[in-house]
Amino acid sequence: MSTAITTAITGSVLRARPDGSFRLREAVQVGERRLLGEVIRIALDSITVQIYEDTSGLRPGVTVAGTGRLLSIRVGPACLGRIFDGLLRPIGDPRDPYVTPGLQDEAEAQRFHFSPDVQVGAQLTPGAAIGSIGNGGGRASALQLRCLVPPDLPPGQVAEIAEAGRYRHDEPVCRLRAADGTLHAIAMSHEWAVRQPRPVAERLARDEPMLTGQRLIDCLFPIARGGTGAIPGGFGTGKTILLETIAKWCNADVIVYVGCGERGNELAGMLAEFTALEDPRSDRPLMERTVIIANTSNMPVSAREASIYTGITVAEYFRDQGLNVTLMADSTSRWAEALREVSGRLGELPGEAGYPAYLSSRLAAFYERAARVRTLGGAPGSVTVLGAVSPPSGDFSEPVTTHTKRYVSCLWGLDARRAQARFYPAIHPLQSYSVVAGELARWWHREGCTRWEELRRRFLTLLEEEAKLERMARIIGRDAMPARQRLVLLCARLVNECFLRQSAFSENDRYASPARQAVMMRLIGTFIESAERLLETGVPPESIAAEPIFRALMRMGEEIPEGDWERFSALEQDLAATVRRLTNGLNQEQRCTPD
Amino acid sequence: MYARLIGEAIAQRAAGPLLFLRRSVDVGLNEAVEVEGADGAVRLGRIAALDEDTVTIELLDDTAGLALAGTRVRFLGEALHFPVGPGLLGRVFNGVGKPLDGGPPLAARQSYRVDGLPIKPSARAAPCEFLETGFTAIDLMNSLVRGQKLPLFSGGGLPHDRIAVDIACNARLPGRAGADAAGARDFAVCFAGIGIPHDSAEFFRNEMEKSGALARTVLFLNLASDSSAQRLLTPRYALTAAEYLAFTEGKHVLVILTDLTNYCEALREVSASRGEVPSRKGYPGYMYSDLATLYERAGRIHGRPGSVTQMPILTMPNDDITHPIPDLTGYITEGQIVLDPELHRRNIYPPIRLLPSLSRLMKDGTGKGLTHADHPALAAQLYASYSQAQQTRLLASVVGDDGLSATDRKFLAFGDDFEQNVVHQGTAARTLEESMATGWAALRGLPESELHRLSDQQIRAHCVPG
Repeated sequence: MSTAITTAITGSVLRARPDGSFRLREAVQVGERRLLGEVIRIALDSITVQIYEDTSGLRPGVTVAGTGRLLSIRVGPACLGRIFDGLLRPIGDPRDPYVTPGLQDEAEAQRFHFSPDVQVGAQLTPGAAIGSIGNGGGRASALQLRCLVPPDLPPGQVAEIAEAGRYRHDEPVCRLRAADGTLHAIAMSHEWAVRQPRPVAERLARDEPMLTGQRLIDCLFPIARGGTGAIPGGFGTGKTILLETIAKWCNADVIVYVGCGERGNELAGMLAEFTALEDPRSDRPLMERTVIIANTSNMPVSAREASIYTGITVAEYFRDQGLNVTLMADSTSRWAEALREVSGRLGELPGEAGYPAYLSSRLAAFYERAARVRTLGGAPGSVTVLGAVSPPSGDFSEPVTTHTKRYVSCLWGLDARRAQARFYPAIHPLQSYSVVAGELARWWHREGCTRWEELRRRFLTLLEEEAKLERMARIIGRDAMPARQRLVLLCARLVNECFLRQSAFSENDRYASPARQAVMMRLIGTFIESAERLLETGVPPESIAAEPIFRALMRMGEEIPEGDWERFSALEQDLAATVRRLTNGLNQEQRCTPD
Repeated sequence: MYARLIGEAIAQRAAGPLLFLRRSVDVGLNEAVEVEGADGAVRLGRIAALDEDTVTIELLDDTAGLALAGTRVRFLGEALHFPVGPGLLGRVFNGVGKPLDGGPPLAARQSYRVDGLPIKPSARAAPCEFLETGFTAIDLMNSLVRGQKLPLFSGGGLPHDRIAVDIACNARLPGRAGADAAGARDFAVCFAGIGIPHDSAEFFRNEMEKSGALARTVLFLNLASDSSAQRLLTPRYALTAAEYLAFTEGKHVLVILTDLTNYCEALREVSASRGEVPSRKGYPGYMYSDLATLYERAGRIHGRPGSVTQMPILTMPNDDITHPIPDLTGYITEGQIVLDPELHRRNIYPPIRLLPSLSRLMKDGTGKGLTHADHPALAAQLYASYSQAQQTRLLASVVGDDGLSATDRKFLAFGDDFEQNVVHQGTAARTLEESMATGWAALRGLPESELHRLSDQQIRAHCVPG
């Protein structure tokens, strides 16, 4: 491999005099500690290297060793259930609590059980399965992983295949003879360049929802499998909690969580919680379906830039297994800032707000890697990408937010005022959208929620109207408004407080299944219609609000757990009874005129 | 580590805080140097950039009076270290760890890099133990948890110094038998004044001596008249001391850093003198990462008994919470406590504006088995009601009190009562139990049907009069 001698260092950028040829984006190792870096510029007599670790102590004369490969990571079964740094190096080793620079050899390579599915002589194409991977030991894993022919190998014939047994994840279990006669070794894990999207057979339509268990998202602003969503919000509006909640309850097979320039304590909390919590669908610890990639804000900035690509490459690897993967990036703004910082060090011309001019195309390239696809192996799989955006001073007109909005199909805008009133999730319905709601309505229809589309519209118009009326109420006072408008405010309050608000810490309400969401949606719909009918007969909104049924409806999310359908039907009957009583019960003085 | 090297007659150029030397010795990036000018003054510096011919040194002290001729440079061969050992508590240091109290130098047992090392997220223990500050607005409404970083966003003319001292004196680890005896031994305060005026420094020192809190405190004082590059080191020295106390001596350390605004100003000054491309409002683009290297040093580590909790204090320029300093801080820290000039004018102490205040880790450190089973619900209900009271106030300011419904008027009364009796507490510290009692009392003024965040059971137990 080529080497180079360091001539100058500032911060994380190093210049070196090459001896041999280097490629752009080639991974290099610097000095005895083997600090990881990437070649970002080449001239005839010098190369510029960006180093992904703390550069303290480096000096001119230090050797830069090329690896001959683009910046790559090793993807495989060993990724699941663990925590890594931005370049997919495990950081779970408890012996040293501090991040120390340099490449450490992994204490012990993980072993997995391999059982072959093909025989010698079989013709295989890239992406085809050659065997199944289990973690052996009698313990069944929730996920069925397979060993695939890496997508960058040519098609070929199986020349050798290992017997069933336990092998190191990086040890060859199969040899494939290509048409030109060369033998290629295949292990359970393989290297892949992080900046290169993994190939697929075709992209499929996004017509299936990625359910999050959050009513505000699933019912009002749903996201499709293979879709993209952005969560912009100032500090303290609950981006991280929302992402974590989705990570816990969404119906993905694998979660890749990229903590990009965020807090260490949050990741520690997540690690502890995910190990303790069980996946409701498989009864296994949530951590077993999770990959955490951690580059906290105090870890080297340059690795932050790479961590996003590392995350999506891992996600694509699991997608190629025919799984549905959700990637969460918290936060893409920190990633963009890392881009800006490195760009500044290189002396590039700054664009908008100091960000490099290629910010927009980088964001686009990242979000474009989300897709629902037919994999090379033929199975359907998907990568859904959710990115948190942290706009400076909560101002959504800054470059990262505006560019992100151009590429995502769902936007969940977090609102500081809702967060301040402890209204979580603090997604503002009037600052959010989902462009796939129409396609996903068919799914809800199939699930038996025939009025989904209609009620969704209804709720959204109600909230829109509420915003308008609230402004008016501030001028003329609530009591001076006509009864019909007061009723709109009352119904909007119910939608907000009971349906949209959902505490991530409430035992009963942190997760809502589609069935529970549908039943609550229907109940609220019935309430709104009944209240409107009552108003026609002259029952004022205040009398409706004073009924015990109103408080019961308000608290139904908190009080009624998943699966307790009887209590929901009891509530429905109570509602009907209350309506009957009010229709006949009021005397003439108590009645009002609607307008 | 190699022998300390001395370079003479190698200085070639000086500009602002930067000194350019001919590269005559083999030194590494970020290593510390001492530059002794012909005037005899010794200035601390670090190696900021290197190439084959030149060593660029960034000086951390005033460079006035420095000449090229006669300047000697001592290369220390390693990054800046702070030697620490037992006997830290009760001492007063300047911003770079030199004793100011006339006492002997510290009997150093270990030497730590002042920049610290990032803690692996997997080695962190999730913070979940409550730390009592004595203020209801914090303990009840935005609980501080050991290992958390919770800044205080203040403004000009607000009593943040007083609050800092009160917290330093009153903070305690609750819930232990004989908390005053055993708890006090496990608890320490590390207090760093960053670029503060001489008067404030004296105030902190005197108040802590008076209350006896100095015995469990290490004090670092960087005065407004000290050089700005030194200001960048003060919090790092303080945090190094805190980490030693926490992870070697096993104490729960509360670090109070005041005032971070001075720190950021110094950062901007040094960045400008290096000729870096400025970002928002002239602050360097890496300010987020730089602040993170301070704030992220809070935490707990698996298998080690102590904890580092941070309470940085900053004054928001022009009371603007969207200014880069509070904005970037808020993105890193786990919540914020915001002070309000209006409450201060109304003589409410502490003048904490609750709606924008938040403690992100409160959920992990409060509730059943941690503080009190009803604590989270009570705080949530108080927040919701107070938020509604604020909206009603807005309404009342337009339509007048007469245009309000009976319920709205109850909310107005609740808002005033809440500020006067729950937030306001004067100088006396409250235990969490006392704080909760004031909270329940305030809620009794509201109709039961408005208490959506409480269960029927909680209402019966606490909110029914009599």
